[in-house]
Amino acid sequence: MESTIVKSVNYNAYFGDNHVVKDVNIEIPRNTTIAVMGPSGCGKTTFLRGINRMHELIPGATAKGQILLNGEDVMEMHPIFVRLKIGMVFQRPNPFPNLSIYDNVIAGYKLNGIKLPKAERDNIVQHSLTRVALWNEVKDSLTKKGSFLSGGQQQRLCIARAVAMEPEVLLFDEPTSALDPISTSTVEELFHELKKNYTLIIVTHNMQQAARVSDRTAFFYMGELVEFDDTKTMFTNPKDIRTQNYITGRFS
Amino acid sequence: METSVDKELSPARVKTGAGFSSKKTPDTVSTNKRLKRSHRQIRAENIFRRTIMIVAVATVVLVVGIMITLAWQSRLSIQSAGLGFLWGKVWDPVRDIFGVYPFLLGTLLTSFLALIISVPFSFAVALFLGEYFPKGWMPDLLKNLVELIAAVPSVIYGFWGLAVLVPIVRSFETAIGVNAVGLGIFSSSLILAIMIIPYAASLGRSMIQMVPANLKEAAYSLGATRWEVIRMVILPYTKSGLFAGVMLSLGRALGETMAVTMVIGNTSLIPKNIFSPGNTMASVIANEFTEADHPVYLSALIELGLVLFVVTVVINMIGKRLIKGVSK
Repeated sequence: MESTIVKSVNYNAYFGDNHVVKDVNIEIPRNTTIAVMGPSGCGKTTFLRGINRMHELIPGATAKGQILLNGEDVMEMHPIFVRLKIGMVFQRPNPFPNLSIYDNVIAGYKLNGIKLPKAERDNIVQHSLTRVALWNEVKDSLTKKGSFLSGGQQQRLCIARAVAMEPEVLLFDEPTSALDPISTSTVEELFHELKKNYTLIIVTHNMQQAARVSDRTAFFYMGELVEFDDTKTMFTNPKDIRTQNYITGRFS
Repeated sequence: METSVDKELSPARVKTGAGFSSKKTPDTVSTNKRLKRSHRQIRAENIFRRTIMIVAVATVVLVVGIMITLAWQSRLSIQSAGLGFLWGKVWDPVRDIFGVYPFLLGTLLTSFLALIISVPFSFAVALFLGEYFPKGWMPDLLKNLVELIAAVPSVIYGFWGLAVLVPIVRSFETAIGVNAVGLGIFSSSLILAIMIIPYAASLGRSMIQMVPANLKEAAYSLGATRWEVIRMVILPYTKSGLFAGVMLSLGRALGETMAVTMVIGNTSLIPKNIFSPGNTMASVIANEFTEADHPVYLSALIELGLVLFVVTVVINMIGKRLIKGVSK
């Protein structure tokens, strides 16, 4: 049987007095792709940012309950170790504008002050860029600034940057919402490849995307996890009336 | 000037537009009205453009005018001392020997020393207010207090320097065994350092606050600590702005007169070290202008002003160059 990698137990998140994630219990199996969908403001992004403790960086943000990574509570771990094990890709591509493509990929090592021999660095860069299907496009311009790339390429560079740290889980916060359709499908194809090595949790408000890329789908509504099931079951035979309404477009 | 006239929208040209030649339908009346209004708007636009151009040009003329005045008024001194004025080491108005070197040195020493002392404080304030605590009553208060530093009249700094700082510096000098005067380059630099903190600090703060949150988040998501985010994201992103703030501070330090005059010790000798009394170009002008009893003396002081002006302009230009280089 598949093993659980991320598990949340009665997870609650707040912005000040605003209760945005309510008692979420979820078990995410290793090497699967999970889509997290729901209308705007349903708490899906906040939940995602809770997993790698990015939520608490916002002033006034607090959380209760547990997020377990391989059975270990991330709230007990140092946030830096949590984030090294759980990579993240953001809504808007955010390569470091002052760094070259090469340096962007190994930025995680640089930031953490990890010194590597040149050969190993080269290896990581090539490996990571190959993983995100960007190597052939940029191998001759590795010294150019990352901001010269197109939006889709930049987003893949950001995925490479996260992959380079060899995390166990990759979080995606609406990774294609700032991209054109062609770049979107490139990134979506990547998900199938990345799933072999990582567990992917993808927040999306695009239902078609959730259906296309994920094994399982979680539906959030008003801060609650309404339903979590196989994607196919979820879209063909939702159990909860709210899921049904959302999928059939009765509210958005 | 000529090209801007070409570009001006002329009402006459608008009149020949297509809409005007159409037949008299009820619509044309309102069209006419609308066109009339747009004629007025075009005229107003032209008047506005000319006005702001005149004002802008006047500002430039004023600066050039000051420079010309300084050059013209210092002609007596230029004739008598020539270029020797710039590196002459003696300033002796009684014998009509005027050399600016001791004051040039005094100005550059006090300003750069002040800069070195103040930059760590400015950056600390900028980081604290820009990154660590951008909101809340305490940072607001601190921000206002820091900006208040710039609002205090410089003569008050002079008083404070004489009453508080100079005795402290004097006992410090006694302790380390140099000639204990208290008044001098070092005291002036300390006063200047305090006075220029807000310039680099406020510019730095606003630059640091402008660093996009998504870049900082990218670094945090890769396991960076706060310090690593500052070093690898915030500083590279804001370096040209931080540097511009430092240049602003330097410009202020170079020209500061009153406070420096009060604590620098006012001697025309070349300073032996940073604890020696001395004079800056600005402090000499302030001190001796009323005593200048013959035309060459007066002219020499004005030439001193000209040199100060040129030094400030040159340092500013170098600074702009460096900012460009840094931001690449």
